[in-house]
Amino acid sequence: MQTQLKSREGQAHESTGLSAAVSLRDVSRAYLDRRGTTVQALADVSLQAARGSVLAVVGPSGCGKTTLLELICGLQQPDSGAIECEPAVLMPQRDLLLPWLSALDNAALALRIAGVPRAQARTRGASLFQELGLAGFERARPHELSGGMRQRVAFVRTLLSGKPVLCLDEPFGALDAITRQEMQEWLTGALVREPRTVVLVTHDVEEAIVLADRVAVLSPRPGRVVAELTVEEPRPRSRTNATVIALREQAMQTLAESRAL
Amino acid sequence: MRRGFANVLPPLLLGLAFLGAWELYVDLRGVDPLLLPAPHAMFAEMWDNAGLLWSNFTITAKEVVFGLSLALLGGFAMAVAIHMWTPMRRAVYPHTVGSQAIPIAVIAAPLCFWWGFGIFPKLIVIALICFFPVVVTTVDALAAVDPDQLKLLRTLDASRWQAFRFGELPAALPAALSGARIALAVGVIGAFIAETSTPTTGPYAGLGREITSDLTALQTSRAYAATAVLFVFAISCFYALTIAERKLSPWANQPRGEIR
Repeated sequence: MQTQLKSREGQAHESTGLSAAVSLRDVSRAYLDRRGTTVQALADVSLQAARGSVLAVVGPSGCGKTTLLELICGLQQPDSGAIECEPAVLMPQRDLLLPWLSALDNAALALRIAGVPRAQARTRGASLFQELGLAGFERARPHELSGGMRQRVAFVRTLLSGKPVLCLDEPFGALDAITRQEMQEWLTGALVREPRTVVLVTHDVEEAIVLADRVAVLSPRPGRVVAELTVEEPRPRSRTNATVIALREQAMQTLAESRAL
Repeated sequence: MRRGFANVLPPLLLGLAFLGAWELYVDLRGVDPLLLPAPHAMFAEMWDNAGLLWSNFTITAKEVVFGLSLALLGGFAMAVAIHMWTPMRRAVYPHTVGSQAIPIAVIAAPLCFWWGFGIFPKLIVIALICFFPVVVTTVDALAAVDPDQLKLLRTLDASRWQAFRFGELPAALPAALSGARIALAVGVIGAFIAETSTPTTGPYAGLGREITSDLTALQTSRAYAATAVLFVFAISCFYALTIAERKLSPWANQPRGEIR
């Protein structure tokens, strides 16, 4: 049976009675690879993310994490199952900043696309730059920025799309360990100032536990949810915090078991 | 300023050395000036006929500039159509290659029949000779735009037009100019072909016409003087286009960050 429900923009903001901003029920999705064989990316995945919470999805490479995000953003349709979610925007792993635009214009891209005049889009972007510690970088071109700075600009661009759900696909995957930790702290701070519902996909279990309210562990392909952990530690969380370490061990254990099956 | 001087000096020295060797060869071997005039005769002719050469030059320069602009506009529009619309790519792209094999003399008559003896048929000839590199470089640049980039624009709710406007057009513009730079290499000789294959009314018909009539009148050194003007003109146009390309895409000439 093919069922899919997708709330539209207008409805999403009205339906405050709904507890979950993102809700997937028994979602399966297969695709054809280059050789024409069918690959089952996701099998019967059920997930929920409460409004304003951070849901992290961890799993080994190729377990359908990116497919999951594209389903939530409406870039793909599920083969079966139901997806109900508020309008979502994708932040891909690569920053994909346009080289011909300044950092500010890149960040304000969604506003320009929505028809906001350039000057007004810049003003709104600049105030967010100020708020999130990017002041002074407005006029820099992407190639003048470090990898971490570019991810920040890409994140602001995602924020300014105005959608209530942010889907982050391995946002810090290409960064070195030090920058990565800085970025995790920055993201925690940014979400305090600009609260959104976040679905964060990562292969880094520690990152998931440091950043998220709930962590869903996916098995290798076809991806299914093999464990869900709730992290109640107050933020900001240190990676050496005892609870973080315990939860990490638990998640790693589950991943190892799911692989052995 | 010093960098500009360093750019100008080597080609200037090479040119002077070449002229010197040529002068020595003609003087020492006693070459017939009707066959190959000496550089000093060429420059003397240039001095004596400055007014004539200038009048003809303005005509040829106009033809090259407008003809190349026409090629740039037409080639760019065609590249965008080819990129956006697959049937267009299938139907038109092979013919653009074929069009480059057409000898201008074959189509000169209908061009003059339709548009007379003015500048327009010449612009068509130059554009026909020049548009192809513009189409190829622009189509390639449009195809080279990162598909993930376009997907990102789609996730930000960009329409097809907006994806083109923000994601593809800025990449295609410098590529089209780069194509025009290649086209310029054949554009000046294209003007020569245009002038000699279509008739012109009026006192001056351009440097191409000047050269052919000088050669038939055994005014070889004047033909060389006119050729020297074309030579310098081509170089100037090339640098003008290079500067325009740099102004249009400042990001492409600066060290890029790592591209993954």
